[in-house]
Amino acid sequence: MQTTASPATTGTPTLSFQHISMQFPDGTKAIDDVSFDVSKGEFVTVVGPSGCGKSTLLKIASGLLKQTGGTVDVNRDNIGYVFQDATLFPWRTVRRNVELLMELHGVPKAERAVEVQRAIDLVGLKGFESHYPKSLSGGMKMRASLARTLTLKPPLFMFDEPFGAVDEITREYLNEETLKLFHQEQFAGIFITHSISEAVFLSTRVLVMSARPGRIVATFDVPFPYPREPELRFDPQFAELSGRVSHALRGAHT
Amino acid sequence: MSTMEHLTPVQEVGAAVVLPDDAPPPVSKKRESPFAIVLPPLILGALIIGGWYYVSYVLLDKSRRFLLEPPHQVWSKGFADSEAMKELLTGLWRTGKIAVYGLVIAMVFGMALATLMSQSKLLERAVFPYSVMLQSMPILAIVPLIGFWFGYGLTSRIFIAFFIAVFPIIVNTLFGLLGADQGMHDMMTLHKAGRFTRLWKVQFPAALPAIFAGLRISAGLSVIGAIVGDFLFGSGEVGIGQMMKRYAARLEGEHLLAAVFMSCAFGVAVFALFGWLSKRFVGKWATESRR
Repeated sequence: MQTTASPATTGTPTLSFQHISMQFPDGTKAIDDVSFDVSKGEFVTVVGPSGCGKSTLLKIASGLLKQTGGTVDVNRDNIGYVFQDATLFPWRTVRRNVELLMELHGVPKAERAVEVQRAIDLVGLKGFESHYPKSLSGGMKMRASLARTLTLKPPLFMFDEPFGAVDEITREYLNEETLKLFHQEQFAGIFITHSISEAVFLSTRVLVMSARPGRIVATFDVPFPYPREPELRFDPQFAELSGRVSHALRGAHT
Repeated sequence: MSTMEHLTPVQEVGAAVVLPDDAPPPVSKKRESPFAIVLPPLILGALIIGGWYYVSYVLLDKSRRFLLEPPHQVWSKGFADSEAMKELLTGLWRTGKIAVYGLVIAMVFGMALATLMSQSKLLERAVFPYSVMLQSMPILAIVPLIGFWFGYGLTSRIFIAFFIAVFPIIVNTLFGLLGADQGMHDMMTLHKAGRFTRLWKVQFPAALPAIFAGLRISAGLSVIGAIVGDFLFGSGEVGIGQMMKRYAARLEGEHLLAAVFMSCAFGVAVFALFGWLSKRFVGKWATESRR
């Protein structure tokens, strides 16, 4: 299972990290020589201990941070970035929040309205369009955040531990939802988490990152076909693969 | 069969929205009975009036009663007398106008300055120490200067109202603008939003609760400023401050106290007005702690 290229990939990768390293001004070395590609139709998850620089990787990919070594190949015109917390604007209703990115990109109003409704329906928030974020639960906020990212139909979707703050059952629903979106929209996905079952359930490939400085210490291809059913989580093969990821992660902790 | 069930995740996931685990937080909290809210201040009020009567009738002998006339005297001479009431209201109206002028100028100036400061760290660093200095300057110390520069009439009175009210507006607007969530800023950066888009779509709305909190304080201060200004600069149309001065000189305790209560009530009304405005504009989205 320790391969680097996924069979599903075609053409040039959507996102390519080449020998990325990152050292913060205070001297902490967060990332050390990380290389991997994410292509259209791939869903790559990075798991690792807290503070190993997983999120830093996304910040570098999106240009929010500049790496201190190596190169990133990516088109930054339209990146979908789902933040750790929902980052909804509290003064905007769900509808206006979902509309925000299209506003920033100058999409005409009529077109916005259509796309907003489509995205809201897609994440199952129909009926909550005129609610303000303060009256939404954690899970619903994340749905709204997903919908907002969906509106621009980004070819690359980056998820920065998006479901860390919701309860287990909501997280499972949101995972299934994310998979459905991945299946429909065929984007290239990169997902950061520290949940192994989330990683295996969602991905075509799982990368295990070590504690600081973050290095990729293991790569697992996930063989299960899409669409994946919720009860995949109870499949013995799923458990076996999760076990191996877990083992690698334990090794990465030291 | 089981596959069929799971091929329709939209409905399933949609249904998850109404699961108790994922239910929206309750919007309103338990309300206390109005009795429990109104009774304590009423009781205290009654005690204060009782104490007032005690001082007027028991502690003060008749020749010195003018120092604190009993409540019903204040009522009958200060408020119930239509001539006195008319005078009071005229004074209050003039003072109120000055407070409003001062507040409006403070709002425009304070918010504009804070906005500029939020856009330039350099400007913020340069201006902030001086605004703190001005804020802590006792107004009495500069009264002669103000008189020099702006004369002893309307302009000086408005200046004092402005001067007292402007600081909370600057500080609250500035901190509000700078306090916008980093995630929102990141999102703006990711989508290449410019400075003005950022200011308009993120910083201003994020600052609104703080701005309203500042306005509420400043509104109360502008009323105080207008009365103080009126007290100190007496030329032209006189307001309630000059009337207080006159009543005091004539030993008209009832009228003086009536004027004090009147200014009090006006201050409270202005404070409440801005509280209401704040609720109106940001109450529907702001969380409790930020109101």
